[in-house]
Amino acid sequence: MTNPLGRDEVAHVAQLARLELTEEELDRFTGQLAQVLDHAADVAGLDLADVPPTAHPLPVSNVLRPDRPVPSLDRADVLAGAPEVEDHRFRVPRILGEAP
Amino acid sequence: MSAQAIADDVRSGRRSARSVVESSLAAVAAGDGDVHAFLLVTADDALAAADRVDERVAAGEDPGPLAGVPVALKDNLCTKGVPTTCGSRILDGWRPPYDATVVDRLRAAGAVVVGKTNLDEFAMGSSTENSAFGPTRNPRDTSRVPGGSSGGSAAAVAAGFVPLALGSDTGGSIRQPAAFCGVVGMKPTYGTVSRYGLVAFASSLDQIGPFATSVADAALLLAAIAGHDPCDSTSLDRPAPPGLVDADAGLSGLRVGVCAELVDGVAPDVAKRVRQAADALAAAGATVVDLAVPELRYGLSAYYLLAPAEASSNLARYDGVRFGLRVPAADVTAMNTATRTAGFGAEVKRRIMLGTYALSAGYYDAYYGQAQRVRTLVIRAFDRAYQQVDVLLGATAPSTAFPLGDRVDDPMAMYLSDVCTIPSNLAGHPAISVPFGTGDDGLPVGVQILAPALAEPTLFKVAAAIEAAAPTAGVGLGPHASEEPAVEEGRSGAPGGVAGTEAAR
Repeated sequence: MTNPLGRDEVAHVAQLARLELTEEELDRFTGQLAQVLDHAADVAGLDLADVPPTAHPLPVSNVLRPDRPVPSLDRADVLAGAPEVEDHRFRVPRILGEAP
Repeated sequence: MSAQAIADDVRSGRRSARSVVESSLAAVAAGDGDVHAFLLVTADDALAAADRVDERVAAGEDPGPLAGVPVALKDNLCTKGVPTTCGSRILDGWRPPYDATVVDRLRAAGAVVVGKTNLDEFAMGSSTENSAFGPTRNPRDTSRVPGGSSGGSAAAVAAGFVPLALGSDTGGSIRQPAAFCGVVGMKPTYGTVSRYGLVAFASSLDQIGPFATSVADAALLLAAIAGHDPCDSTSLDRPAPPGLVDADAGLSGLRVGVCAELVDGVAPDVAKRVRQAADALAAAGATVVDLAVPELRYGLSAYYLLAPAEASSNLARYDGVRFGLRVPAADVTAMNTATRTAGFGAEVKRRIMLGTYALSAGYYDAYYGQAQRVRTLVIRAFDRAYQQVDVLLGATAPSTAFPLGDRVDDPMAMYLSDVCTIPSNLAGHPAISVPFGTGDDGLPVGVQILAPALAEPTLFKVAAAIEAAAPTAGVGLGPHASEEPAVEEGRSGAPGGVAGTEAAR
């Protein structure tokens, strides 16, 4: 299949991924990503309807441990790595728009 | 000097761990200005750890199988209280609140961590040029890349700074730099080594493994770090592979398949070395056949959809909230975007976007779903091949080390250098790169051995036979560069010395 990845699509994907691209980056990345997807055309074109997908090399399953309290990471150590902290919590800028 | 010999000397009191670590630090101070293998040298911590090893020896205790052996860690392995950057600006200032399981195990085995090594940002790359802190140079020829993404660890061992180092291998990031730098590099069976404390790139593919100057040392290091860890839900609940290589048993009865897909497309001088290695195995008693495993050809395309897809999800956590960089903005979405835009380099952005696209509604089945089905094809193809042979043989990389700057603007050309190593990651199988002579350019060639899951003992045995037969002449240490390399040093530049902790950043 030919890939439909154009400039607008790259801009949309960047926005989904919370990345801001300059006009020059948008041009460059569009060309480079299209090149990778063109290379992937060899697998996109295979008829694999009967082949099950593999998500993981091992047959992974939930791993449970006994429900016994054990010490977790020290809160001060964890918060020490955060850019901004208030009242023992991570502080972020406002999440919702301004109140009307 | 081998890690085994150092540990023997330290355990028996013939040599102090302090003197071993001092000479390692001196070698880094003398040579790393040219190579830039290290992002951080933890000299004070290393000397204190060496003294503790010496105290244990003096007290009549056994400090462990790696007593006093200096080890370098790829800087995507968490070290408590010590900066861990992943080669990225986005983790600026972050000090992990815990040690990776492999770091705990190294210390328990008596090893001494001397520092953190350079890497492509978040382990995404094949040349170590994607580091935010400037490239590492190949110690065999400083105008060449060391490979990647674990280029710093490979270079640190090749330059003789440390006898052992750890890297991580998602699509070849241990084996390819090992080949480029002329050292042994090994990716264990998925689940053999705990990933707890390894900063995640593509979780179904990532695996930590050893760099060493010999197969025996690589096996020794793997034995020290492997084994079940309840902190990693994908850790296999089985004992670590033995740390000793069964090299004396001979190769009689062993079946080796020279894999067409890992030989035919590579540079003629590299292919010639693979054929010579195959001849050496035949001479040592193995049965050698040519074998085609055509589905491996689809591995590269599948990988460059699957790994970015997993990465786009894993790297969503870098949002400016819990660790590292934050670029302030009026609301949280703008802050997330400004932080990620400033903190990530171009290759990481490319892969996040590629993965986001491959997972997006409308394209999921065509790209991500299809790549997962190809993964099944690759696994089935390996299963068929391993009914006929015990191990597969091929090149580790399609060429010897390429010049710095050669491929930075051409992502697809860069990705192609992983074509021989990716299939083992897709299948979760072990594989190893062993130095075997040089190419026409005088640079090291790595021969790759692949084996089915959990066949590490066989893998090491074959690797040791190839190592024993390897041509020895021709691979020296640089710097061979007689002129200024094409790529400018990054902002942090190379370290000027290792006088104190963090001197290299």
